[in-house]
Parts: sequence; C-alpha cells; structure tokens
Amino acid sequence: MSLRPPQCSLLGNDQHAASLVLTGDWVQGQNPESFGAFRGELAGVHSGSLTADGDQLGTWDSVLMAFLLQCHDYCKIQGIIFETRNMPQGVDKLLAVATAVEPHDPPAEEGASWLSALSPARILHTVWEDIRGSLAFTGEVSIALARLVRGKANTRLTDFLKFCFQAGPDAFAIISLTSVLVGMILGYLGAVQLSQFGAEIYVADLVVIGMLREMGVLMTAVVMAGRTGAAYAAQLGTMQTNEEIDAITTMGISPVEFLVVPRMLALIIIMPLLTIYADLLGIVGGGIVAGGMGISPVQYITQAQAALTFTDIFVGLLKALVFAVLIAVAGCRAGINSGRSSAAVGQAATNAVVTAIVYLIVADAAVNIVFQQLSI
Amino acid sequence: MTEPNEQAAHIEVRDLTMAYGSAVIQRDLNFNINSGDIFVIMGGSGCGKSTLLKHMLGLIQPNHGDILYNGTSFFQASDSEQGLMRQGWGISYQSGGLFSAMTLAENITLPLELYTRYTTAEITDIVAYKLALVGLGGYQSYYPSQISGGMQKRAALARAIALDPQILFFDEPSAGLDPISSRLLDELIVQIKESMGATVVIVTHELASIFAIANNSVYLDNNSHTMIAYGNPADLRDNSEQPVVRQFLTRAAAADRKDTP
Repeated sequence: MSLRPPQCSLLGNDQHAASLVLTGDWVQGQNPESFGAFRGELAGVHSGSLTADGDQLGTWDSVLMAFLLQCHDYCKIQGIIFETRNMPQGVDKLLAVATAVEPHDPPAEEGASWLSALSPARILHTVWEDIRGSLAFTGEVSIALARLVRGKANTRLTDFLKFCFQAGPDAFAIISLTSVLVGMILGYLGAVQLSQFGAEIYVADLVVIGMLREMGVLMTAVVMAGRTGAAYAAQLGTMQTNEEIDAITTMGISPVEFLVVPRMLALIIIMPLLTIYADLLGIVGGGIVAGGMGISPVQYITQAQAALTFTDIFVGLLKALVFAVLIAVAGCRAGINSGRSSAAVGQAATNAVVTAIVYLIVADAAVNIVFQQLSI
Repeated sequence: MTEPNEQAAHIEVRDLTMAYGSAVIQRDLNFNINSGDIFVIMGGSGCGKSTLLKHMLGLIQPNHGDILYNGTSFFQASDSEQGLMRQGWGISYQSGGLFSAMTLAENITLPLELYTRYTTAEITDIVAYKLALVGLGGYQSYYPSQISGGMQKRAALARAIALDPQILFFDEPSAGLDPISSRLLDELIVQIKESMGATVVIVTHELASIFAIANNSVYLDNNSHTMIAYGNPADLRDNSEQPVVRQFLTRAAAADRKDTP
C-alpha cells in the first residue's frame, strides 16, 4: 500500500462555519505541512467555529495528533470553537485527553547573558562565598574533631580503616608512576643547565631538594585530589541524593562526625606516608637520569645523602598535612552540599577537584613564602 | 475494545525460571498476555515481580525458558532484532528513569530523534502533544528535579509513549503517589492504552489499581517460588482456590495467613 501525501486545506470559509479537510497519510517520513506554515492560512478564518474533517484520512500517528493539538490551542486563543468530525477511532479520545488539562505557562526566564558571568563583582562574590563556606565547614570539622578527641563523636573505626585502605594502598600504582616520572623531569631540567658548568653531580641535590620540599608532595596531592577528593564528593553526593544524609541527621548523628571525620583522618594519616614514598621514588627517577649522564649510582647516592636534610623532609610532611586537610575539606564539602540529582553529583565531583587544586597551589605558595621569610 | 480478533497472544512467557546465582526467585512461569490486555504482575514484596519485568524487558537473561513477542523469541533474536522489538516498547521505570541532566522536552526528544524520521519541527510539536497527553503541557523546559514526584511519573509516561509503542511496561506506576494522583495516573494509562491500542503490563501491588484497570493478572508466590494464580483479578479474589491469593486481594490480616498451609 503506497502512502498518499498528507494535506490539509481550508474549505467553506464563511460567516457560519469553516472546515479543515485532512487527507492522506499522516505518518512519519511523509513530512506534512507544519502547523507554523499553516497558521497564516488559519488567520483568515472569519467564522466562529472550525471543524476538522478526517473523512479522507489514511493512516495516522502522533504527527497528526500534534497538528490537531496545535489547531486546538490556536483556536482557543483566538476564541474559535474547534471541533472534529469523522476522525479515525482513537483520535478524538486522545485529543480529549491531551486537552483535558490547561497548559502550564512557565515563568519567563531571567535574561542573564553569559557576559554577566564574567563580571568581576560576580566572580569576587562567588570566590568569597566559596572561601566563607569552606571556612565554616572547616569550623564544623574542627568541632567534630574536638568531640572525637573527647571520645564523644559518632565516628566509626571501621569506616576510618576502610578509607585509609582506599586512599593508601589502592593509590600506590599511580603514585609510583607519577613520582618516578616527576623525579626524571627534575633530573633532566637540572642536567641541561648544570652540564653547562660541568656541575652535573649537583643534579642529585636538585632532585632531592626539589622532590622533598615541593614536587613529591604536590604531585601526590594532585593525584589524591583527583582520585580521593572526587571520590569523596561523589560518595557523599550520592548519599545526599539517596536521602542517606537526611537519615543520618534524623538519627541524631552529625553527618560531619560520621562521614567527614573518618575521611579526613584517613587522608591526614595516608598523605604523609604517600609523600615519603613518592619522595623516594622521585629520587630514584632522578638517579636514572643521572646514570644516563655518566654519574655512577654510588656517586649519586653519596651526593644525595649529603643534600638530604631533616628540614626539607619536615617541610614536605608539613605540606602533606595541610594538603590532606584541604583535599578532604574540598571533597567532603562539595559532596555534602551537592544537589539531589545525578547531574548535581557530577557537578559536585568536578567542584571538588577544581577547588582542591586551586587550594593546593595557593596553600603551597603561601607556605613557601612563610618559610622563605623564616629562612627555613 | 475486546474484539475476538484481538485475542492473539502478544507476549508468551514459556517455562521461565529466574535465579540470581543459585537462589531461584521464580520457576516454571507459563502465561500469555493478549493484545490489548492490561496485565498485572502481582505478589508480595520480594517475590520477584520487578525481576520478572526486567526479564521481559530483556535486561536480565533467564536461567531457563523463554519469552516470545508476537511468536518470536526475544532471547534467541540477534542484537539488531532485539533493538527493533524494543522500539515497540514503552517503559516507565519505578523511579521514573528520567534523565536528570535533560529537560522534559529533551527527555522525550531523545527517542524520537534516535528512532524516527520526523523532522525537527515535527518533533517539537509531538513533544508538546505527548506532554499535553499526560497533563504537563507547557513544562517542556523544566528539569525533572523541578517538578513533583507525581509529575515525574507522568513525564516518564510521556517519554514511554513517545514512539507510539505497542507494549507499555510500568514498574510500580503509583508507588509514592497520593490516592488521587494515583487514580488519575490509572485513568490516564487506560485512556492512552485504549486510544493507542497498546498492550499494557504493570507491576504493582496497589489493590485499587489492580481492580480498577486490570483484565488479566498473574500472582507470584513467595513461598513456593512459582505462579499460583492466573486470570482476571476480580475473579481470583472471589473464586481462587488459593487462600493466599484471596487474602492478598482482600487485604486479609497476616494472622489469617498463618492458618493456611
């Protein structure tokens, strides 16, 4: 059976009645005239009623219904009575169901242009709100930690151990890879410069100091922000969606004590350990580069031992602690304040990583400036 | 709507055994769903109603047995044949299953863009029509999170009927709705089913819904792990030989249930 082209035409347009004759097959792929194009013709209707005649209709699907609904709505606005006649079975019923409820008139959208997102006042406001929120959250966590010290907090040891495992051993592979490579990068950087002075042996000093004070801990923190911080945001965000956080709150348990404290403590314990591990592997990575430049392993190790000071280790570990707190705050805050949809959970994870990395770099700079002034 | 020529089995469930690992959920399920039926899968909590639905949707492979649509086995069909069969289905999931990152209009546009040859302008009109059908005309630009639970269920129904399906599946359509919204949703299902001529399969244990709309049903028993009743729910309530089924359908107290074997 071949399909006939769908058409509609306005007939008998006089004072008393107008009729709309629909012919052909109104199914997908036939591309009937769209209502938008037909609207102009309808505007010429002068009578008080319009009857759609379906006597010559062939097959039909939703496209016919969509057209009839548009006609109905248009006539309603214009104050014309709209009726149907000789329609195939089902059409009238569907039209009745579709027109049973008044269409909702959505409120006008706020005309916010994308330029307004760039206004400095707005950006400053957002940043300020973010910092204030983080400080308030840190305050809540401090209170929870104080209660923990006094043995009053609802924090479970099993949770803490589970998060330690997730943050620590699970991260070994990726930390190993990044640290060795960063050590090698430091080695190459130094090698190019130092060989101009014939001072290649000082590559060991550069790698040791660079890894211990700066790169070891920073790279570990960046990996942990992406790995663990985002995971925390996603976990807590999903719990928010699932009303688990509401359940915890109504049980009289502080979500901060129950959910945030074990995660933060786990990071505080694990980050310094991972940092030491990263430092060691970074120095090994530097050694590989030094070996390529003709420095023997014994020379490298001796030189590295001489360069190693406890102050540098201390600076690295102190940074590890600060970064652990920042990652946990950024991740957990994004998760707990997440919206209740799957899109919001994704947004929370993104926020967690972005915020954490900004915090890390700002904090790193701040710590370096302070130590510079104190000559540590 | 019950002309004799419609009494062809649309869906046949044959010797179906469902299991998670070694735990058998239900075994030896055999029943037909005729064209134009409103068919209810009922049973107590945890008896495997939703699992049966997931089998019928092809989301879980059966342990044994088969499900036939218009005489064709779903599980022996190739991927592309399964895809074609699925295009004739409209599914409304228990918690809606609306894509939360998309507006209602985008939710309904997606299947239309994927599987039909409608033009963009037609799709816009059809989306407006589908939303009007479920009483959500004008809500095109809303996100699922911005509307109430009952409206989300109706929006999910609008998406389920986007492709004018031959079979409509509902998992607990009225769960979490107030009695009035739930009745309106029932009426909507019946009206849409009658005007589109679809077969409807519903998982529910809402008695009011069951008696109001269903003309056929199957009862899955939790203890014997198989179906123990099949037929019109009102008949089963009055005439079933199984006391458990009569109790289920009359909301008899749990104490009575213990007296029966």
